Amino acid sequence: MKRYSVFAIAREGLRYHQGWERAWRSPAPQKRYDTIIIGAGGHGLATAYYLGKNHGIRNVAIIEKGWLGGGNTGRNTTIIRSNYLQDASAAIYEKARSLYETLSQDLNYNVMFSPRGVMMLAQTQHEVRGYKRTVQANLLQGVATEWIEPARVQELVPIISISGPRYPVLGAIWQPRAGTARHDAVAWGYARACSEMGMDIIQNCEVTGIDRDGDRVTGVQTTKGAIACDRMGIVVAGHSGLLAQMAGFRLPVESVALQALVSEPIKPCLDVVVMANTVHGYLSQSDKGEMVIGGGADGFNNYTQRGSFHHVEETVRALVETFPMISRLRMLRQWGGIVDMTGDRSAIISKTPVRGVYINCGWGTGGFKSIPGSGWAMAELMAKGEPGPLAAPFSLTRFREGQFIDESVAAGVAH
Amino acid sequence: MLILTCPNCGIAAEETELSPGGEAHLHRHGPGSSDGEFEEYLFLKENPRGVHFERWRHSHGCGKWFHAARDTATLQVFGTYSAQTTEPPQHIRDAITAARPGWRWRDFS
Ligand SMILES: Cc1cc2nc3c(=O)[nH]c(=O)nc-3n(C[C@H](O)[C@H](O)[C@H](O)COP(=O)(O)OP(=O)(O)OC[C@H]3O[C@@H](n4cnc5c(N)ncnc54)[C@H](O)[C@@H]3O)c2cc1C
Ligand SMILES: [Zn+2]
Repeated sequence: MKRYSVFAIAREGLRYHQGWERAWRSPAPQKRYDTIIIGAGGHGLATAYYLGKNHGIRNVAIIEKGWLGGGNTGRNTTIIRSNYLQDASAAIYEKARSLYETLSQDLNYNVMFSPRGVMMLAQTQHEVRGYKRTVQANLLQGVATEWIEPARVQELVPIISISGPRYPVLGAIWQPRAGTARHDAVAWGYARACSEMGMDIIQNCEVTGIDRDGDRVTGVQTTKGAIACDRMGIVVAGHSGLLAQMAGFRLPVESVALQALVSEPIKPCLDVVVMANTVHGYLSQSDKGEMVIGGGADGFNNYTQRGSFHHVEETVRALVETFPMISRLRMLRQWGGIVDMTGDRSAIISKTPVRGVYINCGWGTGGFKSIPGSGWAMAELMAKGEPGPLAAPFSLTRFREGQFIDESVAAGVAH
Repeated sequence: MLILTCPNCGIAAEETELSPGGEAHLHRHGPGSSDGEFEEYLFLKENPRGVHFERWRHSHGCGKWFHAARDTATLQVFGTYSAQTTEPPQHIRDAITAARPGWRWRDFS
């Protein structure tokens, strides 16, 4: 595979861009692989990539029912941060954030990581106390965050109205090296690197059954036929419950719709990410100039990839109060994704009751930011058969044991 | 917009009038239950792509709880019924069977 570089751009510029290669192969599935990953979203692709890169496991197929990156990975609002409260969360999200810093170089693919800073507004006394506590926790965890006062918020975000009317801004937790990345590029970059290592990415191929011999996995049934394997990773976000059912176990996961929307492009006016969790809205500006907007998830189970309209209304209402200048913006697009919510709002990276089957799910509304760290931890788990320190707290058994990683109180909205 | 008819007051209520209350017909467990039973009750929720039974509350209306039978893949509503039931009544099951022959949900069919 040819490397991307400034010289390649110059060379192709001189020959009408005729020499670019396909970024990944589209092979027909073989009869068997050592390892199958189900789901070519960011987490599945990153798992495959680190299996190859860190553990030398390359006889891998990644099976995707639609197109790669077409699930939540291609539908999210791309916020990357690691200012979580619990130690286990901070560890894996900070691992992911630090991998994002050099991901473009590692993958030779521009994922446009932009550490522009993420600010989470405190708009109630409860949030002030909560975020000050998180800043202290982050200090101990080695995550660089700080508490900032309203005047500093205004300085960083000139378009914000800090004086109310409903919820004046009382301060914020600020993570200067948090930010955004191009979501598609993250999936595409990992896919290209996996393909280059000789892995097969099989798109338009839905897994319809999981084969077992006793309590051991032997392969999958797909719309392109049966494929055998020794080891399998289920990494399908909102569809995790269905795959677990095929494998014969249950999950503490419910699937709900989460929406986002973008405005028409406007001149640069916001160069950080602002999240307002009390009023359920968050905002950033894409490189194209669109205002990228997200809000809360629906409260009922849903697989339709469309959310309820009133959530859009609530989100926009909250943001207009906070950023009065966007009140006349027109919206370009709105969409939804099916997110996988667990009881403690933390992910699952775990062995399962079926030998050889591992699962990575439960990232819910906030798993774009964790893709590199989650893939790293999942690959380690699958390669060794036992979790490393990053994955260990995220086991499936924690719900039975009451060992929760409770992020639901820390941040009601956790994008 | 999801519209459910509240069986308590008869109003066709929009989603904004209602509060979702999660999975219906849970088996509750008391003192002396095992960790596994508590895990099941608290966390191992039904999450089907298809026929589903839920609790809802008409919170901005009569304030009462009720049950709804719904399809999570199409958002079709099969019917609503009293919260004072431990399993879906026959007319609701018949309505589902008419639209989704062969359906199953937990022990119900
Ligand atoms: C609107 C919205 C906004 C969000 N905003 C943010 C944010 O700002 N920051 C953040 O960190 N996170 C955010 N998230 C969450 C984030 O998008 C997800 O946590 C993350 O993308 C999950 O990645 P994944 O690889 O696990 O899942 P996905 O990207 O959904 O990939 C799973 C793949 O599995 C495939 N699949 C499913 N069933 C089968 C089958 N039977 N056979 C084969 N393949 C199958 C699917 O087609 C899909 O491609 C947001 C999510 C949404 C919906
Ligand atoms: Zn009512």
